Amino acid sequence: MSELAAIVRLTLLVGGTATLATLPLAFALAWALARWQFPGKVLVDGLIHLPLVVPPVVTGWLLLLAFAPAGPIGGALERWLGVSVLFRWTGAAIAAGVMALPLMVRAIRLSLEAVDRRLEQAARTLGAGRWRSYATVTLPLAAPGIAAGAVLGFARSIGEFGATITFVSNVPGETQTLPLAIYAALQTPGGEASVWRLAAASVALSLAALVAAEWLVRRAGRGVRVL
Amino acid sequence: MSFDVDVSAARGDASVGARFAVGEGLTVLVGPSGAGKTSLLDMIAGLLRPSRGHVRVGGRTLYDSASGIDLPPERRRAGYVFQDMRLFPHRRVRANLLYGAPDAARLAEVAAMLDVSHLLERWPRTLSGGEARRVAIGRALLSDAAFLLLDEPLSSLDPARREEATRAIERVRDARAVPILMVTHDRGEAERLGDRVIAIG
Repeated sequence: MSELAAIVRLTLLVGGTATLATLPLAFALAWALARWQFPGKVLVDGLIHLPLVVPPVVTGWLLLLAFAPAGPIGGALERWLGVSVLFRWTGAAIAAGVMALPLMVRAIRLSLEAVDRRLEQAARTLGAGRWRSYATVTLPLAAPGIAAGAVLGFARSIGEFGATITFVSNVPGETQTLPLAIYAALQTPGGEASVWRLAAASVALSLAALVAAEWLVRRAGRGVRVL
Repeated sequence: MSFDVDVSAARGDASVGARFAVGEGLTVLVGPSGAGKTSLLDMIAGLLRPSRGHVRVGGRTLYDSASGIDLPPERRRAGYVFQDMRLFPHRRVRANLLYGAPDAARLAEVAAMLDVSHLLERWPRTLSGGEARRVAIGRALLSDAAFLLLDEPLSSLDPARREEATRAIERVRDARAVPILMVTHDRGEAERLGDRVIAIG
């Protein structure tokens, strides 16, 4: 049972890190796509959504190319910081974050686009500067969508399989999250009991994320009708 | 001069704008729908940039194309009551009223004048049209406004609510604290409320 606990703990660490690290980036991208017109916008939008449509194995392979010691990002990390993310949980978090990014950007962008900008104008005439109007009007009204995006990204992260196993392999205790552990147990003769336990933990985790999302959305949306 | 306005802006193929200079009290601009009344108020509040002209209120220059002055909306001190109210849906009435207020000192007095004291803990979506309108007027009044802009403040209200809102505006007008510019398409409304009436469009 302690082995199961260790796997759940690693899964939460990878999923939590991936979500928290991706959230600011997802918000910035969602804001740019929702609010700005700039050349190459269609291209940026397409690149963000690529992990959603490309086979995860391909995404994992591209990450491997980029983060390998000879790759552009991996080389820089090794030279400047002396670290490598290959076969490490940090690499698993990167894979999970990349796969979760399009879902998070989508949810946050929709919620930002749904904010009535005339309310921001009203705040401005009442003496609020641009930033105060964002902080007191835009953000609170988009909060349910941002929370939903984060939970969606977290659920995607803890379920990530293809890109992770391709990128950082299936290393017990380091990159072996719940889905990878289930896969490993399926390959082991007599591993059925283990599969049951791991699958149950997986479902429980996802359900908990869903309930948390519902609670967050309700809390954030006190005065606002969400649907 | 309270309002000294001479602006125009392109809107599609047409041009909207107006030129007038008026004194204290409540000035009503009357014009048909589509005459650009809301665009005019937006230009005075700083939400729409004119292509040329000037906006001066109470001696302060808010916009002047000749000298390049263009104050952002938050520095114009416009108490703008929008036709669609634009109450913040995620804030209770009290927090809406106090959004632009320097402090809460005048809350009780203004709430009483507009008869919204009993609504302070309600959410905006639970208000009737007339109640929401009075809260919007209160929010503008409490925001340390140097002048008020009222965009069709009596439209889409049933007769009883209309009477309530009219009385509320009369009380604000008679308090003589700030100059008021109101636009409407209804001439009767204009005659009843305005110290002077100007036709546009």
